[in-house]
Amino acid sequence: MTRFALPLVGVVILVVFFYIGLDGTRDPSALPSQFVGKPAPEFDLPAVIDPERRVSNADLRGQISLVNVWATWCVGCRAEHEFLNQLAQQGEYPIYGINWRDNRATALEWLGRLGNPYVKSGFDEDGRVGIDWGVYGAPETFLISAQGEVVYRFTGPLSWELWDQEFVPRIERMSAQ
Amino acid sequence: MIPEIGQFALILAFTLAACQAVLPLLGAHRNDDAMMAVARPAALGQFVLVAISYAALTWAFLHDDFSVLYVANHSNLALPTGYKISAVWSAHEGSWLLWILLLAAWTLAVTRFSDGLPKAMLARVVGVMGVLSVGSILFALLTSNPFERLVPAAIDGADLNPLLQDPGLAIHPPLLYIGYVGFSVAFAFAIAAMISGKLDREWARWMRPWTTVPWLFLTIGIALGSWWAYYELGWGGWWFWDPVENASFMPWLIGTALIHSLAVTEKRGLFTSWTLLLAISAYSLSLLGTFLVRSGIIVSVHAFATDPTRGYFILGFLAFVIIGALALYAWRAPSLDSQAGFSPVSRETFLLLNNVLLVVATTLVLLGTLAPLIVELVNGGKISIGAPWFEVAFLVPMLPLVFLIGVGMHTAWRKQAKGGLMNTLRTPAIIGIVGGVLLPLMFYGRVTLLLVVGTVAAVWIVASSLVQPIRSWRREKGAAGITRSALGMSVAHLGMGVFVIGACIVSAFGIEADRSMRPGESLEVAGYEFEMRELRNVDGPNYSAIEAVIEIRDAGEYVATVRPQKRTYLVQQNPMTEASIHATWNKDLFVALGDPLGGNAWSVRVQYKPLIRFIWLGAFIMAIGGLIAVSDRRYRVNVRKTADQASKAAESNA
Repeated sequence: MTRFALPLVGVVILVVFFYIGLDGTRDPSALPSQFVGKPAPEFDLPAVIDPERRVSNADLRGQISLVNVWATWCVGCRAEHEFLNQLAQQGEYPIYGINWRDNRATALEWLGRLGNPYVKSGFDEDGRVGIDWGVYGAPETFLISAQGEVVYRFTGPLSWELWDQEFVPRIERMSAQ
Repeated sequence: MIPEIGQFALILAFTLAACQAVLPLLGAHRNDDAMMAVARPAALGQFVLVAISYAALTWAFLHDDFSVLYVANHSNLALPTGYKISAVWSAHEGSWLLWILLLAAWTLAVTRFSDGLPKAMLARVVGVMGVLSVGSILFALLTSNPFERLVPAAIDGADLNPLLQDPGLAIHPPLLYIGYVGFSVAFAFAIAAMISGKLDREWARWMRPWTTVPWLFLTIGIALGSWWAYYELGWGGWWFWDPVENASFMPWLIGTALIHSLAVTEKRGLFTSWTLLLAISAYSLSLLGTFLVRSGIIVSVHAFATDPTRGYFILGFLAFVIIGALALYAWRAPSLDSQAGFSPVSRETFLLLNNVLLVVATTLVLLGTLAPLIVELVNGGKISIGAPWFEVAFLVPMLPLVFLIGVGMHTAWRKQAKGGLMNTLRTPAIIGIVGGVLLPLMFYGRVTLLLVVGTVAAVWIVASSLVQPIRSWRREKGAAGITRSALGMSVAHLGMGVFVIGACIVSAFGIEADRSMRPGESLEVAGYEFEMRELRNVDGPNYSAIEAVIEIRDAGEYVATVRPQKRTYLVQQNPMTEASIHATWNKDLFVALGDPLGGNAWSVRVQYKPLIRFIWLGAFIMAIGGLIAVSDRRYRVNVRKTADQASKAAESNA
């Protein structure tokens, strides 16, 4: 009798493991990123709206900020755009954009039509900065400390729910230290 | 409007599935004919409704209805029509709808081809499949609605992932799904047998074609997936032990074990509890694969975009199905178990070994796939288990297995007389040893121990599986020719041998070279000269590409021109490597463009892959073997009338 129950026992244990593993705060693709805890990768890009201005690491120091990788061809970016607008309106954390592998004219049209949540967006036409930052798909959002270090990297479209779940606790921890 | 009709049809299908899940099972329990009779019309109705739903989603893709979120995310105006059809199953929601459609189709097939099946058994099988269908449709309706609207509608879609814009990929997921979902029939048969407490040889005979057919689809699906990864991912490997590949491989291994264990249950009435367990496991592993791919619990290049609520839902469904089935097993299997003796040298012994080794192999693959997750949950560390571990671990059970195949198929049931076996095996053994040593030595010029072990085993299987067909072919007028069943077995094992030859030779003698090249330069790999003639721009319907024109010469003689491309798809903008392959029966010359190195120079990956086609050829031969086996007449005739004659005939031939 007992040997016939062994498969059952094994599967129950496995299911418990899976249940724990599904815990939302665990992100399997959050590879121990080489960037997390280190200064944000060096970059210096012309801004989308005014190519004379630059967007670089210097902008990221002195205040907790966000770097959001976006593009007009990316549906996920469109999905999170309204959230970014609302977050920007609260004005607590500046959002810097990296307009990744995009076209300047359509990017300008997009910001004009959907609103511009960014303090500035860097224009990364050939995607080199994206490579330096280890971006593998837009949208991605990086949380940057006041010292200009990468604290957290989030892949996929953001929402208030995800913001409260993923970003707020980390920001609180940072502020506590 | 049409998408709403699709969604409505799916909701109606859910209600019918619920009827199908409850009434026939209850009817079988109470011996109520009217309730059992619900099984057939419910299965038909459910299939029609799900088909309408699936057609509606396809319609939305074909008409570029970007007000449907799923279409807007995975299609584009410029996408070629064929890919619009395959885009339906290119991501989570649509592929799950395909899963539901196939489950309904398998259920319908069971009701159509069940003339000899006892009423109560049919009602239970269809009822259990109804339970599976309820869970599957509910999953779609609650967490993964493919018909969700996007307001306001997108002007154009985000396009299908360029990786998926390929004929090989377009057809391999449906084939895999036919296999995964098809194992639900064997699962339902197992549950039905445990509920009714009736498990006999007739039951096993019923189940055999319903196991072999999904298995052969799974075989082709895995082979096509491997082929696709080989030429489309641009790396030139054919198996990566990626978690998602493993997820398709584990049901295959268990399905293979089940086919063998069913042979014993049918012929000798043995291994019954073991057969039940394997039948439960094959479908359970399909569900497990679904969970791994769709919940986001592990990282894989193939994983779908994920969402934790989906993970919890599938986990709940998986836990209900598997734990329910195994609890029933723990309760009922002891009374269904059969005890009968067989001698150590008999077909039963070999099939038992086959089962043990295949289950060990599956367990190793499962461990390797889940270990990173378990380690992370236990102590928070990240480990990664890669191909080298799997390659070594997998050989441990597989090496003995490939040697045993050649003996096993010639042993007799119950007890094997010693002399006969030696006689039969002498020739294949000699061919195996001589051929296995000479093949690498003569054609490739060197041997290593592991390689020879592999090639000897492979040639030995090939030779051994040809014995029976050749014998029956020679005895031309002999009335007692080979049965389809036995021929199918020989052909499938032949395919296994062909596969092993390919895998051994390509891993021992494959050559890879990565070089920088510019137009006018050439390089030599495996005795072939590759000269880059020019680099040019090419435009496709929805991409633009850089194409290298590379001429291949063998000792100055022109062999072929290959044109590898680096494509940039206009919408998603990600670069794609399109390898170009010059293929002949005994080798592939594989050329892929890497990255631009500046100054018109490109990194170029050139590979020489001897006998790599044998890997997929072997898999197709295995599938053909399965096809021959299910065409055996004893599955087609009215089983109850002729069961005894058929099994006697089969026994005397097998």
